[in-house]
Amino acid sequence: MKSNRLQQFLIPLLAVLLGMIAGSIVMLASGYNPIAGFGALVYGAFGDTYYIGETIRQTTPYILTGLAVAFAFRTGLFNIGVEGQLIVGWLAAVWVGVSFDLPKIIHLPLALLAAALAGALWGLIPGVLKAYLKVHEVIITIMMNYIALHVTNAIIRSVLSDEGFKSKPVKESASLHSDFFDAITHHSTMHYGIFIAVAAAFVMWFLLERTTKGFELRAVGFNQHASQYAGMNVRANIILAMVISGAFAGVAGAMEGLGTFGNISTKAGFTGLGFDGIAVALIGGNNAFGILLSALLFGALKVGALEMPSSAGVPTELVDIIIALIIFFVASSYMIRWLLSRWQKGAE
Amino acid sequence: MKKRIGLVLSVLFAAGTLLSACGQAGNNAGGGNQKDTFSVAMVTDVGGIDDKSFNQSAWEGLQKFGKDNGLEKGRGGYDYLQSSSDADYATNLNKLVRSDFDLIFGIGYLMGDAVKEVAKQNPKKHFAIVDTVVDEPNVASITFKEHEGSFLVGVVAGLMTKTNKIGFVGGMEIPLIEKFESGFRAGVKAVNPKATVEVQYAGAFDQADKGKAIASSMYASGIDIIYHAAGATGNGVFSEAKDLKKKDPNREIWVIGVDKDQAPEGEVKVGGKTYNVTLTSMVKRVDVAVYDTAKRAKEGDFPGGKTIEYGLPENGVGIAPTQDNIPENVLKTVDEWKQKIIKGEVKVPTNRKEYEQFAATIK
Repeated sequence: MKSNRLQQFLIPLLAVLLGMIAGSIVMLASGYNPIAGFGALVYGAFGDTYYIGETIRQTTPYILTGLAVAFAFRTGLFNIGVEGQLIVGWLAAVWVGVSFDLPKIIHLPLALLAAALAGALWGLIPGVLKAYLKVHEVIITIMMNYIALHVTNAIIRSVLSDEGFKSKPVKESASLHSDFFDAITHHSTMHYGIFIAVAAAFVMWFLLERTTKGFELRAVGFNQHASQYAGMNVRANIILAMVISGAFAGVAGAMEGLGTFGNISTKAGFTGLGFDGIAVALIGGNNAFGILLSALLFGALKVGALEMPSSAGVPTELVDIIIALIIFFVASSYMIRWLLSRWQKGAE
Repeated sequence: MKKRIGLVLSVLFAAGTLLSACGQAGNNAGGGNQKDTFSVAMVTDVGGIDDKSFNQSAWEGLQKFGKDNGLEKGRGGYDYLQSSSDADYATNLNKLVRSDFDLIFGIGYLMGDAVKEVAKQNPKKHFAIVDTVVDEPNVASITFKEHEGSFLVGVVAGLMTKTNKIGFVGGMEIPLIEKFESGFRAGVKAVNPKATVEVQYAGAFDQADKGKAIASSMYASGIDIIYHAAGATGNGVFSEAKDLKKKDPNREIWVIGVDKDQAPEGEVKVGGKTYNVTLTSMVKRVDVAVYDTAKRAKEGDFPGGKTIEYGLPENGVGIAPTQDNIPENVLKTVDEWKQKIIKGEVKVPTNRKEYEQFAATIK
């Protein structure tokens, strides 16, 4: 039992190490110094308080998109629509943030709630279609992403600005901006959202593991027919799962809208946060605590990678390959587990 | 078995410590030996350093500055950072601030907010922004009269179209690109009121596939000249024009390039003969502007808080030197209009409202 625990902890670490070795080979083959390269990566992610602040800022939405994907996974659904749900959540949060003048204690929660509701609505539609018409959620959610992107752009242009490309900044009373973090991290964009993200992870764990509804949701995920036979309402549970998943994604959008950017601008393409959320969820084992760690890994890789071209001279394209290799090895940790078990058998 | 895991763990920790130590050592070394020379860096927008237009032009300006002043690429010399999303703008600017560069350029309209914020946080540092105005005492704003240059290529298009149908492909629908659009349409209108200009926006500066799709439908509808103001998206316009030229070398279709002299982008070989689909380009000398600003900053004459506007008289905008595809008489007309604009006899519209007023004066 004890060694199992240790293994669970060790395997992701080993996977990261393998990824780094593969990355080193790529760097060596292209004539760059891997030690300088990875040194820059680590420095760019955790080197000083500013970088730590940026890493946490980047981790914040990853936690929430990871949770959104994982929640759907645990209930047997594949929510590719996190990206779109995030964008509508971002829009809703900013919309509330710029339109009202309220005390902070009402305004900020209201903006967050609006984001969650918008995301939930964007999850509700595929949920209903899946539950009643058996339309596969993957297809609907992919399409919903495009609808979200273009509808949001149109609203930013026509409603939130005067034919411009960005909204006004959200009012101070709805902002997640933190003077305290700003001061201790030398003006990084880190904001209070990290607390919300960590709290959301706890909410997901509690909901799934400690409530009857959570048990039902998981049961439907394991076996729909058995759940139905046991008297559960499968349709309602599918819809609920998509709604909750969408709400997590919507709040992720609020992190960007109320925290990192403080506004919303028209987007040429997807943010990638939602799609990366799929990888975050998988690497985190679809488990709330695991997601916190894997989101941190993604955040660190993303922010640290920016340092590689400037201080180690590794070109941006190569950096993308190296980051992808690390993710690849982490994601294929099953392979490592298998190798490890072979190795142990051999030793005993 | 436990022993093995212990071994693996210690290797891991050792690697971790080693790597982070390296990172720090590298940084300190970089930070220590650079105080005596002037250093300058830039942050690209999402178009990237090799967009064959705007960012690339800025980088060429910096490279020239670096060479002329004996600087090396990297910390303490000249360098660039590339942004892969708009979330990276502030991070990249801050990174350069922390690497102690003396002057930091934000390249592009979309970076205005980030430059403003970082400049406020670092009042002692010098910044420059290209294409928009940031009203801070430590920021020099560089803008161009793109409408004037676009007017001139509009004159070329108006005189050279055979179908009287002309296309304009914009990147994002923002006031900056509206300057290109309005100036271009005014130029066409001034010399050929019968010609129509179809305007389409791709919604992005970095999606060549969208540029190609728009160009494909435009050329299919009988448009024979497309002017693009779309950064890397415009590369798709070129590739569509070249594809069509390959299929039918006798078909007269043209692209008007932007920002740089884009003649090299338009070269296409068909059956041993070389054609070029680039009619000409509206050059915007971002490289010159970046060079000048860096030079002034180095000489202690940093134009902080000021806006420097580059127009036709300063040769900041204009028609590209490659004009092989344009007949002599057209070039003469272009020059006449150029003089009129410089003398102030013609006021080139900068937005759609002004264009409507301009168009009303022409029958």
